[in-house]
Amino acid sequence: MDNSVTSILLVGVGGQGIIRASDILSVALMNAGYDVKKSEVHGMAQRGGCVSSHVRFGKKVYSPLSKKGDVDILISFEKMETLRYLDYPKKDGTVIINNEEIYPPAVNLGEAPYPADVDEYVKQHFSDVKIIDASEIALQNGDHRMANTIMLAVLSSYLDLTMDTWDAVFRSTFKEKAALKNLDVFHRVRKDVEERRA
Amino acid sequence: MKALMSGNEAIARGAYEYGVTFASGYPGTPSTEIIESFAGNDGVYAEWSPNEKVALEVAIGGALAGTRALAVMKHVGVNVAADPLFTVSYTGTNGGLVIITADDPSLHSSQNEQDNRNYARFAKIPMLEPSDSQEAKDFIKLAFQISEEFDTPVFLRSTTRVSHSKSVVSLEEPVEAVDRTAIRHDPDKFVMVPAKARIRRVEVEKRMARLSDFAETFPENRMEVNSPDVGIITAGMPYNYVKDVFPGYSYLKLGMVYPLPVKLIRAFAAKVKKIYVVEELDPFLEDQIRALGIEVCGKDLFPYTGEFDPGVVEKSVTETDPDSLSASLPAIPQRPPNLCPGCPHRGLFYVLGKLDTFVTGDIGCYTLSFMKPLEGIDSTICMGASVGMAHGMSKALKEKGKGKVVGVIGDSTFVHSGITPLLNMAYNKGSAVIVICDNSTTAMTGMQDHPATGYTLQGEATKKLDFEKLGHVLGIDSVRVIDPFNIKQTRSVMKEELAKDSPSLVISKAPCALAQAKTRKKVVPFRIDPHKCTGCKLCIGLGCPPISWKKFEDLPHMEIEKKTKKQEGIAVIDAALCNGCGLCAQLCASGAIEEVTNNG
Repeated sequence: MDNSVTSILLVGVGGQGIIRASDILSVALMNAGYDVKKSEVHGMAQRGGCVSSHVRFGKKVYSPLSKKGDVDILISFEKMETLRYLDYPKKDGTVIINNEEIYPPAVNLGEAPYPADVDEYVKQHFSDVKIIDASEIALQNGDHRMANTIMLAVLSSYLDLTMDTWDAVFRSTFKEKAALKNLDVFHRVRKDVEERRA
Repeated sequence: MKALMSGNEAIARGAYEYGVTFASGYPGTPSTEIIESFAGNDGVYAEWSPNEKVALEVAIGGALAGTRALAVMKHVGVNVAADPLFTVSYTGTNGGLVIITADDPSLHSSQNEQDNRNYARFAKIPMLEPSDSQEAKDFIKLAFQISEEFDTPVFLRSTTRVSHSKSVVSLEEPVEAVDRTAIRHDPDKFVMVPAKARIRRVEVEKRMARLSDFAETFPENRMEVNSPDVGIITAGMPYNYVKDVFPGYSYLKLGMVYPLPVKLIRAFAAKVKKIYVVEELDPFLEDQIRALGIEVCGKDLFPYTGEFDPGVVEKSVTETDPDSLSASLPAIPQRPPNLCPGCPHRGLFYVLGKLDTFVTGDIGCYTLSFMKPLEGIDSTICMGASVGMAHGMSKALKEKGKGKVVGVIGDSTFVHSGITPLLNMAYNKGSAVIVICDNSTTAMTGMQDHPATGYTLQGEATKKLDFEKLGHVLGIDSVRVIDPFNIKQTRSVMKEELAKDSPSLVISKAPCALAQAKTRKKVVPFRIDPHKCTGCKLCIGLGCPPISWKKFEDLPHMEIEKKTKKQEGIAVIDAALCNGCGLCAQLCASGAIEEVTNNG
């Protein structure tokens, strides 16, 4: 293991399961032998505000927060929120976007438009951009709350963690039935991502 | 064994490992999870006190009896607890006493970002400051050791980033808690009448001198000597930020931020050519180091406000602004936190926002209703302020304020510090209307119990404060109970009470939407019939997250007949988000909003 630190930034809207997802990710990384730090702000998160969670891992990690322009993977659970944090990824970094729109109050009130062409804008600035219909896939699998598991599955294809590590962390996080349901979706999405890449 | 723990969980774990069995506190972000996590351990006593002053007094009592006691609060909570704080510094303790202050640089969840390191100096109490979860667990033990060795209360300061970051912690077996409690009479030490307090005052100075000596060799004040060119003096979370961007510099990392190790600082200064003091908020270390005659860079380069991150540190030291995308990002709408769908506060503040009143607000979820479209709150200062302020305003306004001043306060906040100002309003013949937004929980911090919920922190059923009876006992003749989900009733009761010349108490009673979600089996959402909706936007005025406004041109697949010539679109409810409270249906003049039925 070299001295470099990998930074992941998970962003979205309160209630989307971002903090749960970053917990699962961090425990998986710890169990794989990395030093891990993660940070987010609680308190207001349940009330539909923006949520961001930094996860950093390596041989030795000091700061739990990444600096702008230094994030390896930005993973956004809501389309428009990607833009709010787009100054965080490295120039050659990866951006993963859940293709879901959650309207903020100003859009609901008809005072501001929901930003158009988010995908195009992101693709102009970054070469590795993945758009996933995670919420849609979760709904098709019978539970919209599994969108975060689907996002983790896509993220997992960028990380050097074994399937055993992922299996173990889901089993320690959820009760058996929920663990199996989540793992089933996780494995299918991961396989799908890999087939498309190959 | 290793575990990934938040700073808060690590503090609770460290206290438990050290045999601490007694803790008190009041919920407040970012401190709340410390007590919650601690309370789950076997054999411990932990309580939510009604406020931080009581919590500290409870802990002082515990320590006086000889137990190791922990008092936990957020930074502004220490203001509430300041009265006992300054004098327990004189008395010292029998058992260990540690006070946790969880500060909130950047005001993520607070009304100010005061730097509570100043309390350490002000109250002459030593303060430790961990920089991650492992240190949080280690330092709480050290804090108790210092407390017992020097017969002093000790502060452990955390910040939001320490409390709410998670990092890897090595777990240890808890030591067996030893019962050291006994009744010990010692009036010279514990009865702080002037004659005794004057003597203890001198003891405090002697203790601080001993603690200053101790700080010189305290292992958590440590030097990391690397480059002779640049030295960093820092403490807490900022240490990590500097290490991240400048690993080659030399460091003096202070685990104890008060009192400072003067000789150690001088020795460090002699080893490096240039010194940066890196600290968030006030120049607390910097001012003291400068007073030693040591030249340093500090707040001339680093911001006074907000929390740092590695980018802020790098920018301040290099005095450059690395190019980033920030400047060219497209404008995107803000996403402020909002009242939940089905929140009982929404109906009340919809009514208050429409009445011609000044509403003094307080600290809680309902504070969010100051925003558009509700605009139902006009001031927020601190816990309990709404009641005294409403009384003061209406007294000052005299006739001009008649029927126009309302104070609103949550149930937990009212118990925290709203009772005495309500008594004051009755005693001094005020005429404002006070509304308790009673959702039967401390919602903003994550659903904690309090004296009016009927349950203790550790889940036991207990006495439940009755707000109606309390109002009468305090001298408020007119006490009314309303259902905030009933807009008509809420409006008429508020108007009736505002018309009176005497003080009124209105209890707006309905459970928190998050609590409902846990108990209710099935939510029946509402829908808007697009063929009945006239596009009047009345329902939009509730600011309810599932309700949005769609223009006809954005709904090309729907054939909708315009009800008026000017109609531009319709309102839509996202059934997945709707909590089925039905407020919007009460507002709809055209009967377009109805429950979703199976055949609908």
